[in-house]
Amino acid sequence: MVKMTTENNKAKTKISVTNLDFYYSAVQALFDISIDVPAKQVTALIGPSGCGKSTFLRTLNRMNDTIPGTKYDGKIRIDDKDIYAPSTDVVALRKKVGMVFQKSNPFPKSIFDNIAYGPRIHGTKKQSELSEIVEKSLDRSGLWNEVKDRLHKSALKLSGGQQQRLCIARALAVDPEILLMDEPASALDPQATVKIEELIEELRADYTIIIVTHNMQQAARVSGFTAFFYEGKLVEFGETEKLFTKPQKKHTEDYVTGRFG
Amino acid sequence: MKNKSSEKYVYAAMRFTTYLVILVIAYIIIDIVWNGIGTLSVEFLTAAPKKSGAEGGIFPAIIGTLYLVTGTICIALPLGMSSAVYLSEYASPGRLTNIIRLAIITLAGVPSIVFGLFGLGLFVIFLNFGTSILAGSMTLACLILPTIIVSSEEALRTVPQSLREGSLALGATKWQTIYKNVLPYSIPGMITGSILGIGRAAGETAPILLTAAAFFLPKLPNSVFDQVMVLPYHLYVLATQHPDVTKVRPMQYGTALVLLLMVLGINLVAILIRGHFRKRYRW
Repeated sequence: MVKMTTENNKAKTKISVTNLDFYYSAVQALFDISIDVPAKQVTALIGPSGCGKSTFLRTLNRMNDTIPGTKYDGKIRIDDKDIYAPSTDVVALRKKVGMVFQKSNPFPKSIFDNIAYGPRIHGTKKQSELSEIVEKSLDRSGLWNEVKDRLHKSALKLSGGQQQRLCIARALAVDPEILLMDEPASALDPQATVKIEELIEELRADYTIIIVTHNMQQAARVSGFTAFFYEGKLVEFGETEKLFTKPQKKHTEDYVTGRFG
Repeated sequence: MKNKSSEKYVYAAMRFTTYLVILVIAYIIIDIVWNGIGTLSVEFLTAAPKKSGAEGGIFPAIIGTLYLVTGTICIALPLGMSSAVYLSEYASPGRLTNIIRLAIITLAGVPSIVFGLFGLGLFVIFLNFGTSILAGSMTLACLILPTIIVSSEEALRTVPQSLREGSLALGATKWQTIYKNVLPYSIPGMITGSILGIGRAAGETAPILLTAAAFFLPKLPNSVFDQVMVLPYHLYVLATQHPDVTKVRPMQYGTALVLLLMVLGINLVAILIRGHFRKRYRW
């Protein structure tokens, strides 16, 4: 398969995937995926349920390692380093590649302790440093003004949208370079969704963001590049505008125009 | 029409059997309280037995039971909790794990006298602890390990997988994740389940009969290698071994009441702990 890259590829490649196959025990979930994800851009992964887009996302921070019986074949390089090489430090990888989950998962701790969780694990002990990181991360995710007076209250008391932004702030607190988002707004109401999308827009300048979404309007709104997955295969990858207006493949066209999905 | 009436009969039968269970429990409790309450006195609770238990109190047996329960907790809780963490967090599902689980379930079904014999062979004789608090605690610990492991695993399972993933995704190691983001939420449940198991162990007679219990020893133990009097065994002795069983009937009921109150007290502690932590962690 020819490697799918963007045609006028001025952006530097952050993640380079070549010939990736992925299996859950005997079931193959990804087939020969090759893609170059550009740095400091938002790349959307779209496709019908079960097409492998979430599986693909989770190969990028080796989150699938936690599922017994998974197997892969092929290469994934981030900043030209093979992340499945035996010498790879998975802890360092996951620090560099943050993840936000579909269902927001704040820890049953205070807002402060949620954000400080990552930095503490990576060795930051000084209270003043932690406070600084917490403020910066919450500010970055647009949550600071809403929660600054109740940092030590339980994070579970926040609204759904706030919880998801808290999770984004928590991911930012360990200073990642890449953010993986697995349908981050699918469980949120439209207003909260708008806030998440605005946040993604703001974060784009500093992070390489990959977002899985079911919502094609969302992909169109937030992403610069879009990859269309179908039945475990990468069908088409390109600039979002082109992919939506002039798709190269019939399949893509059918999907983005809503003929199936 | 016919369906409706059979519905009624089934309902009535179910209700009747449920009430029957309550009736049995109520009868036991009322009988023991009714006959035992008169025996309870400061002397009964704080004095050593005299004349093979016909007079005096049961203080050494109360203390002996407390020592055994404490020893059992200290041994069984860390062992059981660690096994549960291993089984539910680390062990990959497969043949070995299944065998381990099967072994634990089997262990739970082993009669308690067999545990007593095992304790006698291993702790009392082979390891040469003698008939002692240590040997008795270890034997009781073996007896309640399955309960602790099963209830601890259950408590670990109530922690949503998403919290583990969230922690791992931040670059935490597996142990950091367990230690900081799983155990804090599951320990209350683990402790509650374990204490309920320990309450049962406190009333066991067979395992300690062969490993820890003294027939008549009106003084307190000095070390973990000493024998002790314990409530369930003392009760057994009073009820069957005493030369004049009917004469010491009130002492039997008094001992039974104290044992009952102790077990209820242990269970109450478990319930209070659970209530306290339930308010703290909700998701």
